[in-house]
Amino acid sequence: MNDLTAPECINESRRHFLKIGAVAGGGLLIGFHLPLASRAGEAEAAASEFVPNAWIRIDTDDSVTLRVASSEMGQGVYTAIPMLLAEELECDWARIKVEMAPADKAYTNPLIGQQLTGGSTAVRAFWTPLRQAGATGRDLLIRAAAQTWKVKEDECRAENGVVVHKTSQRKARYGELAALAATLPVPSEVFLKEPGEFKLIGKSTPRLDTPRKVNGSAVFGMDVKLPGLLTAVVARCPVFGGKPRKFDATKAKSIAGVRQVLAIQSGIAVVADNFWAAKQGRDALVLEWDEGANAKQNSTGIRKQLEDALKKKTVSARHEGDTAKAFKAAAKRIEAVYEVPYLAHACMEPMNCTALVKPDSCELWVPTQGQTGAQLVASKITGLPPEKVKVNTTFLGGGFGRRGEQDFVAEAVELAKATSAPVKLIWTREDDMQHDYYRPATLNRLSAALDKQGLPIAWQHEIAGASIFARVFPNSIKDGIDRTSVEGAANLPYAIPNLQVTWSMDNGAVPVGFWRSVGSTQNAYVTECFLDELAAAAGKDPYAFRRTLLAKHPRHLGVLELAAQKAGWGNSLPSGRARGIAVAESFGSYCAQVADVSVERGQVRVQRVVCAIDCGMVVNPDTIVAQMESGIVYGLTAALKGEITIQDGRVVQSNFHDYPLLRLDEMPEIEVHIVKSSEHPGGVGEPGTPPIAPAVANAVFAATGKPVRRLPIRV
Amino acid sequence: MISLSVNGEARKLEVDPATPLLWVLRDTLGLTGTKYSCGIAVCGSCTVHVDGTPVRACVTPLSAVANKSITTIEGLSKDSSHPVQRAWLALDVPQCGYCQSGQIMTAVALLAKNPKPTDADIDQAMSGVLCRCGTYSRIRRAIKQAAELQSKGGAT
Repeated sequence: MNDLTAPECINESRRHFLKIGAVAGGGLLIGFHLPLASRAGEAEAAASEFVPNAWIRIDTDDSVTLRVASSEMGQGVYTAIPMLLAEELECDWARIKVEMAPADKAYTNPLIGQQLTGGSTAVRAFWTPLRQAGATGRDLLIRAAAQTWKVKEDECRAENGVVVHKTSQRKARYGELAALAATLPVPSEVFLKEPGEFKLIGKSTPRLDTPRKVNGSAVFGMDVKLPGLLTAVVARCPVFGGKPRKFDATKAKSIAGVRQVLAIQSGIAVVADNFWAAKQGRDALVLEWDEGANAKQNSTGIRKQLEDALKKKTVSARHEGDTAKAFKAAAKRIEAVYEVPYLAHACMEPMNCTALVKPDSCELWVPTQGQTGAQLVASKITGLPPEKVKVNTTFLGGGFGRRGEQDFVAEAVELAKATSAPVKLIWTREDDMQHDYYRPATLNRLSAALDKQGLPIAWQHEIAGASIFARVFPNSIKDGIDRTSVEGAANLPYAIPNLQVTWSMDNGAVPVGFWRSVGSTQNAYVTECFLDELAAAAGKDPYAFRRTLLAKHPRHLGVLELAAQKAGWGNSLPSGRARGIAVAESFGSYCAQVADVSVERGQVRVQRVVCAIDCGMVVNPDTIVAQMESGIVYGLTAALKGEITIQDGRVVQSNFHDYPLLRLDEMPEIEVHIVKSSEHPGGVGEPGTPPIAPAVANAVFAATGKPVRRLPIRV
Repeated sequence: MISLSVNGEARKLEVDPATPLLWVLRDTLGLTGTKYSCGIAVCGSCTVHVDGTPVRACVTPLSAVANKSITTIEGLSKDSSHPVQRAWLALDVPQCGYCQSGQIMTAVALLAKNPKPTDADIDQAMSGVLCRCGTYSRIRRAIKQAAELQSKGGAT
């Protein structure tokens, strides 16, 4: 296990981005500029160079501090990222300290180009660079020991925070070696362990955040405490795009504890000594809104708009073969319209942000997925350069894409600037539900042709919906296609020779955003359910039908077969039960699920879900199981309950009584099977979500004989 | 002036008696382990014990708990040694963790009343406490494990 001659050698261009430095008093710092944040000229690292934003810090007292630049929102990065660093560093896992990284270019997520936790990228993005940083530390410490003992480096090995001289059994602790290690040049090459040598990676490791999450001491954004902290609640126009026309704050100001009532960009803010006073103050505001152009919007009208969009504004996302010709040659033609509603994220912790603005600095305490974005929005509002904005990332009470947005950060910074005091902005549940960036509603027209053998020879999928990129990354829209809108549809894996997927962008008044698994959440549902309709029309078993069409996609096939086998696909079910299957690739991982459901008196009950996941190499297996359970529950709420509707330009739903979540008594039995793989790690936060809605809907189809073409499922 | 006991400590508070207990705990007493999520008693994140009974602190005015004894997650044990906390740790139940104080306090109340709950008992006691991360399977297992620990004399 101590062998440093593993073959995965870091190439020349990468090692240059590493930096090492000394801690005052004799410690070692290891950090780097990721390629995106670096220029060739600044890369040569010198000994004793100051490394302000290191990933690893080793102090003379042997303490090892590992930094996590990805936000912990339940998905387990607070443990998985240190595992990557510690595996190669060979430090003592029991003695590490973990801290959240500040916002800094050194912590850029190389798959995204900014410090942002999203797209199930954390482990995928940092898999190589962080192990490389750890290996560099190990190498430096070994060389420091070899120098001290005047022995050859290859006679030394590192283990559990100690370097050992193999022949003499002399030992030196990392803390003793750190000062000397910090003076050594960055190694010209570092070797990474082979997977067979991993001690931590691949072993279920208790989460480092759990102790704080069972005794109330974990600090979420809501829990930030500062001297002189004020609390703000904002009244926003209920109609999207509306503005305040006038307001009377007399009554609000008469409430004990209310300090100020301020007009900000998004509405009217009540700033008070505590939440309850602020909330009462807001309730006491007399408000008149200019509801603007969207006051007449409603869900029926939005659906009509999507129908119109399908008729006129189509661009091609994928086109193979000649669909028109294939349809003419069809033995059978199947057509369907599928639709999904808007969905709210509904994180258990409503949006919030604490900010303090001083003349020359700004500091944020915020449960955010987007540190770079938070820094930029605060910079814009305060006029300070981004590096003067310090971002303290707290634990996130759920994220699911919602916390990559900066609307709540902007409000807090505006208020902190206006009051010159630390301000905690708190959204109520109703604010959170009614001012979200929703999972887009989409309308899908599908048609397919089967040949005489019942095999599909043509597939046409037309999608209409709002684009998320149009708002957040407009430059990423290529040839009229927002790739997040067609993901899960344009990459249909099935062997169908003539295939066309089109997209019609229709950006309405309802703001849309990234929602756990993004496009794949609705497209996997639509495509996997329509595929079951084809199987039914062909008189074939849905599992066998998929297998035939996935022959050239071994990873899809692998999870499909594993899930089917573990679920006992083909075995008879107790009466009143039916079974459905679905498979989806998303975020670099492959996931198949089999759902057993019962349909009784108009109620769908999911009894059991068997999930197979191929996410490449596995870092923390128990976290992967948890994330599959989590993705399934999130998707089940959407499949069975979730729907945001619009009336008079505003969201109808307001809290969990009318936007219900899956409850414990509705929880199916879930079994997760992880495919053993040596592929590069894939995502795990999101890939569990896409297959569940179609697996359940296909089971309902099997039970009732009626395809489920609209979510949430109603029977 | 309202008197009450919080985690075994006597308190006298000069707070508007209509203020929900949740905000008294969080903003006045700094006990932020009890969470705000819905504000209308439908999610259970704010669950605390009042004289041993689980209540939704977000809709319980301070006046309703005068002279009563409140236990929050911070008061459950000094060192996370309560059987429910130990089971939660052993099974790594929390994900984001935000709802978990409410889950734990509800589970503790269940086990105090019913040391050997069936699945149906767990359903009934726990289904009003929402979790968006989907920790329900582990919660169910952890309650059973906590019941075992408790029966072996681990109750605090």
